[in-house]
Amino acid sequence: MTVKQISVFIENKEGRIKKAVNAISKEGINIRALSLADNTKYGILRLIVSDNEKTKEVLKAENFIVKETEVLVVGVKDEPDGLNSTLEIFENANINVEYIYAFVSSKTDEAIVVIKIEDYEEGIKALSKENANILTEEDINQL
Amino acid sequence: MIWNKNAECMSREEKEELQLALLKEVVKKAYEKVPFYTEKFDKAGFKVEDLQTLEDVSKIPFTTKDDLRKAYPFGLFAVPDEEIIEIHSTSGTTGTPVVSGYTKKDLDIWGECAARAIVMAGGSSKSKIQNSYGYGLFTGGFGIDHGAKTLGATVIPMSSGNTERQLKMMEDFQSDILTCTPSYALYLAESLEKKGVKPEEISLKAGIFGAEMWTEAMRSELEEKLGITAHNIYGLTEIMGPGVAAECIERNGQHIQDDHFYPEIIDPKTEEVLGEGVKGELVLTTLTKEGMPIIRFRTKDVTALRKDKCPCGRTTARIDRVTGRTDDMLKVKGVMFFPSQIETALLSINGLTANYQIHITRPKHLDVIEIKVETSPELFTDEMRGLDALEAKIAHKIQNTIGIRVNISLVEPESLPRSEGKAIRVIDERNFD
Repeated sequence: MTVKQISVFIENKEGRIKKAVNAISKEGINIRALSLADNTKYGILRLIVSDNEKTKEVLKAENFIVKETEVLVVGVKDEPDGLNSTLEIFENANINVEYIYAFVSSKTDEAIVVIKIEDYEEGIKALSKENANILTEEDINQL
Repeated sequence: MIWNKNAECMSREEKEELQLALLKEVVKKAYEKVPFYTEKFDKAGFKVEDLQTLEDVSKIPFTTKDDLRKAYPFGLFAVPDEEIIEIHSTSGTTGTPVVSGYTKKDLDIWGECAARAIVMAGGSSKSKIQNSYGYGLFTGGFGIDHGAKTLGATVIPMSSGNTERQLKMMEDFQSDILTCTPSYALYLAESLEKKGVKPEEISLKAGIFGAEMWTEAMRSELEEKLGITAHNIYGLTEIMGPGVAAECIERNGQHIQDDHFYPEIIDPKTEEVLGEGVKGELVLTTLTKEGMPIIRFRTKDVTALRKDKCPCGRTTARIDRVTGRTDDMLKVKGVMFFPSQIETALLSINGLTANYQIHITRPKHLDVIEIKVETSPELFTDEMRGLDALEAKIAHKIQNTIGIRVNISLVEPESLPRSEGKAIRVIDERNFD
């Protein structure tokens, strides 16, 4: 039930993010969600895209370091307590959240949250018990 | 195989006898034919007759790079200009260029020395040598070329650059020996890898690499990536170019052609001659060069001299891998180290390459070292703390090696400049004004 996210090493240098994004969009690949973690010297660009294989291929061709990472994608109610109640599920199950980012889609009322945790088995178990809406790759492609 | 058993396997006694005879001859000729030496010897109170034993060599004054610069362009030639048939020169990036002139006999000897080097790497008259050293004023391309011709091997005069074509020729011509700078060899290896060509799909058996400093770790990497034995070769424009010394298949030091060059190791500060196995500055005297004899040239290269017999059967003296230059030595926060030490530390971490650059700055009158290191797919993790930990690990390793704290910056692969000649490893922006 996890989804494969693309992670890219980005040196803190003019034009690198644009170069990565440009390489992807030129191929007609759709970026569904994106986040950037950074310090003063470099960052990690994380992407949910419509075609992982193609994305890896075009980024590698441009000398980027690319990795696929497993993440959970969860639909949460787009209301004040939405995200909080999802995080509470992890907290109650003692599951550490490594990072999180969110996006919205016009095709659903829910906000879509991308979550990286250490233990997916436990995480999915906890979410399912609370009837959380875990999205699959097909679900995301419909958005 | 040994190219010239007589010369390369001569007993130490015989060799020293020959060296002394040749030294007497060359010192006398230099004194008589080159005003620079006349003046230098007279000023130092050295008389040609003072040279009676090899120990007496220490009485002869040194020749420095500055001396050679002052003689630019032809001031040190010992023969009429028309007897010179080939000229080489340093690039002059650090000052006035140094010029070297060769007579017909000098070129024959150069070819002989370079041929010995190629045979030491396993080459023969059947070899196809892809010569990717630059052809031109730089001695690299022509030096190997002269050696290949003396040997009767096939030389493919690629010169440096045009990597695409280098790879095509390597595959199409099935070259079995590659000669170039080690950093360019690494670049070619990476390019092959990128093309998906495996070491067993090319015909290379040996590489003869020189003209810049490299490390044992880099040797392992080159040997593995290209499926070759990688041999260090030594030479310098002032003396002859590649072939002055080179490694045999044992790869335990470079055999110096000591029937043509007389090596000494000195303490760079006291100028005292040091014993076997002691690290110091290499000093060379040409024993047979006609065009431009050089007496006791201070190479600034840091190495040690070994005279024990090599398992390969050769008795020629050997010099260790050059680990630094007396003037490359970096002094940061009062600590001396060589860039090669940083390279060794980096390569001890799995997944790191030898692509790095040292930046030294001095904000607020305190030295700061930043080392840019190219990261690799093996080392990349999706979490910032993973990358922070990697930086800390690299910094720790280097700190353990050189004893001072450094800042590490991970950069994207292939973002540091690759030169087709010498790699720029150090950028020192300290301003001491």
